[in-house]
Amino acid sequence: MDVEILSRIQFAFTVSFHYIYPPLSIGLGVMLVVMEGMYLKTGKKIYETMTKFWIKIFALIFGIGVATGIVMEFEFGTNWATYSRYVGDIFGSALAAEGIFAFALESGFLGLLLFGWNRVSPKVHFFSTIMVALGSMFSAIWIVVANSWQQTPAGFHLVGHGMKVRAEVTDFWAMVFNPSSMDRLSHVLVGAFLAGSFLVLSVHAYYLLKNRHEEISKKAFKLALIVATISGLLQLVTGHNSADGVSKNQPAKLAAFEGHYDSLKVADMYLFGVVNQDKKTVSGLKIPGGLTFLLYQNFTTPVKGLNAFAVNDRPKQINAIFQVYHLMIAIGVTIIGLTLFAVFLWWRGKLFQYKWLMAIFSYSVLLPQLGNQMGWFSAEMGRQPWVVYGLLRTSDALSKAVRADQVLFSLILFTTVYVLLFALFIYLLNKKIKYGFSEAEPVPIIETIHDQTLN
Amino acid sequence: MQTFLGIDYPTWWFLVVGAVFTGYAILDGFDLGAGALHLFFKKDESRRIALNAIGPVWDGNEVWLVIGGGALFAGFPEVYATIFSAFYIPFMLFLTVLILRAIAIEFRSKETMLWWRKTWDIIYSVASITIALLLGVVLGNVMQGIPINKDFEYVGGFFNLLNPYALITGVTVVALFMMHGATYLIMKTEKRLHTKLRVLAKNTSRFFVISYVALTMATLIYLPHTAEKFRTHPYLFLIPLLTILTIINTRRLLEKGVFFRAFLSSALTSALLLITVTINLFPNIVLSTINPAYNITIYNGASSQKSLGIMLIIAAIGVPLVAAYTIFVFWTFRGKVKMDETSY
Ligand code: HDD
Ligand code: HEM
Ligand code: HEM
Repeated sequence: MDVEILSRIQFAFTVSFHYIYPPLSIGLGVMLVVMEGMYLKTGKKIYETMTKFWIKIFALIFGIGVATGIVMEFEFGTNWATYSRYVGDIFGSALAAEGIFAFALESGFLGLLLFGWNRVSPKVHFFSTIMVALGSMFSAIWIVVANSWQQTPAGFHLVGHGMKVRAEVTDFWAMVFNPSSMDRLSHVLVGAFLAGSFLVLSVHAYYLLKNRHEEISKKAFKLALIVATISGLLQLVTGHNSADGVSKNQPAKLAAFEGHYDSLKVADMYLFGVVNQDKKTVSGLKIPGGLTFLLYQNFTTPVKGLNAFAVNDRPKQINAIFQVYHLMIAIGVTIIGLTLFAVFLWWRGKLFQYKWLMAIFSYSVLLPQLGNQMGWFSAEMGRQPWVVYGLLRTSDALSKAVRADQVLFSLILFTTVYVLLFALFIYLLNKKIKYGFSEAEPVPIIETIHDQTLN
Repeated sequence: MQTFLGIDYPTWWFLVVGAVFTGYAILDGFDLGAGALHLFFKKDESRRIALNAIGPVWDGNEVWLVIGGGALFAGFPEVYATIFSAFYIPFMLFLTVLILRAIAIEFRSKETMLWWRKTWDIIYSVASITIALLLGVVLGNVMQGIPINKDFEYVGGFFNLLNPYALITGVTVVALFMMHGATYLIMKTEKRLHTKLRVLAKNTSRFFVISYVALTMATLIYLPHTAEKFRTHPYLFLIPLLTILTIINTRRLLEKGVFFRAFLSSALTSALLLITVTINLFPNIVLSTINPAYNITIYNGASSQKSLGIMLIIAAIGVPLVAAYTIFVFWTFRGKVKMDETSY
């Protein structure tokens, strides 16, 4: 295997692994603000217990998010040096802003959040919670802006030639508000709210299923259900806006999403299906003219298809892109159905009467997780073969000083460490959840580690 | 070229990057140092106290590295791209140990089994030492220069990076952080652990002085260009002198029992080491051992004037903010470590 494919695998693997945690941190951050806010407002002990429990889980998630995020920051330089030179002028400022405004904010106040209960007043503690939640949202802003600039570059000009071409900022705000950034940012943030609220739903559904901590779990479940339902519906709106943007800015990507080849034809929308890349056909269940309708509100306007692009200028794995994209949408629809159904039962006063519903909810945390991953795979694979859309090809973006065996080494290294990390994460999370809400977990002091009793 | 207060933008940004990395060395320096000393504490309780002394702040400290990386990428993309791809394997090892250290801190006290805690203690301590060592190795190579060609691409191999000079720098950084970490822990502990740390502080500062002297000699032997700079600007000799003075001062303040001032003095030692590096390099950032014409300087490696201008505004807003709440957090957790139900 060559450097390109190995570097792509490594980047996809490390960023996907990283992206298990940020949505949970962001979403749980919002839930913590809601919970602690309820505590300050009502003064009820039950909300304090709830908040303290979830802060512990937050700490675990956050810790791994940080550890895996640092890898991302350096990977641009190590594996994508040519890309780094090309976009440094633009991308760098977003990354620096992220460090200063976002990471410093969240990590700074995290200490207060975790260890500050007995050191600061409840109001200052609540303030810290808000700062941590805000900090994690800020980091989404900058990283998504940077990534969106790659998808739809704006506010720059190219200087130099040959090996030394690079993009330089001409208009900072045009760069920040590039055509796709706001659509994608809202979609990513709402996706994170879903991830966090569904984690809370799942854990409390599990307790209700086991008849444990019922009072607290019912309260927490309802709080999370409100956030999840609103977010689910919003996600449809933000997703639609993104699709609209993609049709204008990256038509080849949209065509890949739906497996649409022929430019002269009206485009269908598939609920599910399989793309035959040789015959250039899709078979499956479709709404004829559905895509055309969503984009143009009629059933007659043709939509540009993949055939309109040179083979070198469009993504290759059409079927894979089609599948991940449709999986994301299917998950979105499932989430909306599930939350609306639960809200309906709540309204009839029957929310906690059905064991099977709680059984479904106790696994539901997997839905937004999968949705978020599939979403990124759609966006990033659909962007191929470009790293910076229309300007720089992925194959040209590599580090020239790095050899395949080196990348293979680091890939094996990261795989090993991440597998270990993930196993430990699940183990400890599981243990915390099983342990439940008793005040604080004991951390017994073992008298001596070694035989000597000296310090 | 645009200027602010008579200094051009690339120089300003060079100062910003230098300041951020100095902040990193001071802040993460003490918690890495505490980690490096971890296995010297034998009782579980002592180890927990040492961990909780850095508990609320280590994560915030590490962010300075992230900001530094971002600042380098933003201001000097050529440097970021060249250095990170040149040091591919060391950086991958560095990232791995960084991950291991973070999870060791996080996971260590979550189980009561002896083997669990012992394993994480070892991982934590070894990772802390390795991080300091690798940082030093990179620093040593930056001081010496690396083989880069006219396209700023690295053309050497992995073993080029593991040369004697870089290793001496690595050991010096380990010693520096250990001394700094001991000084920090003295401030946060009581009773027998405190007494023990004062002995450790004495020994680690000896260790640092020895490696510092070795490094200075090695610099004169291996890096004639540095010696040259010192010859033409004799007042630069003040810096090593000051470094030694701050160490003596730290020891004096520790004896007097004013621990916070001792800690500040020890922080000054870290700062001076990085200031030396910065002065030596300026206006180069990466030296080419193939041909000085291929050096990456603050001018040919910088982002555009426009971009630097924007980022200087970002830094002018951001850095004071970060400094303000960093101080607030440190102030909130001032004083000796007290264990409660939120501790590790
Ligand atoms: C939608 C939000 C989002 C996205 C798309 C990404 N991240 Fe992330 N990242 C976060 C949201 C986040 C976060 C929520 O802010 C984290 C997770 C836990 C944490 O501490 O901060 C974080 C941590 C984190 C850290 C550690 C910060 C620290 O020390 O506190 C770094 C360096 C990065 N990320 C870098 C990246 C890069 C280079 C990405 C792109 C490839 C990336 N992240 C994708
Ligand atoms: C601004 C930050 C980002 C940059 C610079 C970036 C750049 C890249 C690069 C260079 C690759 C490898 C080339 C390739 O696709 O083959 C890649 C792939 C990928 N990235 Fe991004 N990406 C960014 C953000 C993200 C984020 C936040 C995610 C979230 C999970 C993500 C998900 C993926 C996935 C899943 C792939 C694999 C796609 C594939 O293999 O084709 N990316 N990205
Ligand atoms: C409900 C119907 C949904 C629609 C119509 C939709 C639409 C889209 C579209 C068109 C993109 C590509 C944007 C681009 O490449 O610029 C996208 C990306 C993405 N989707 Fe969805 N989506 C839906 C549901 C979801 C759900 C439920 C989640 C997760 C909880 C999710 C998470 C993501 C993520 C993380 C991305 C990548 C970031 C981005 O490019 O915005 N989506 N979505």
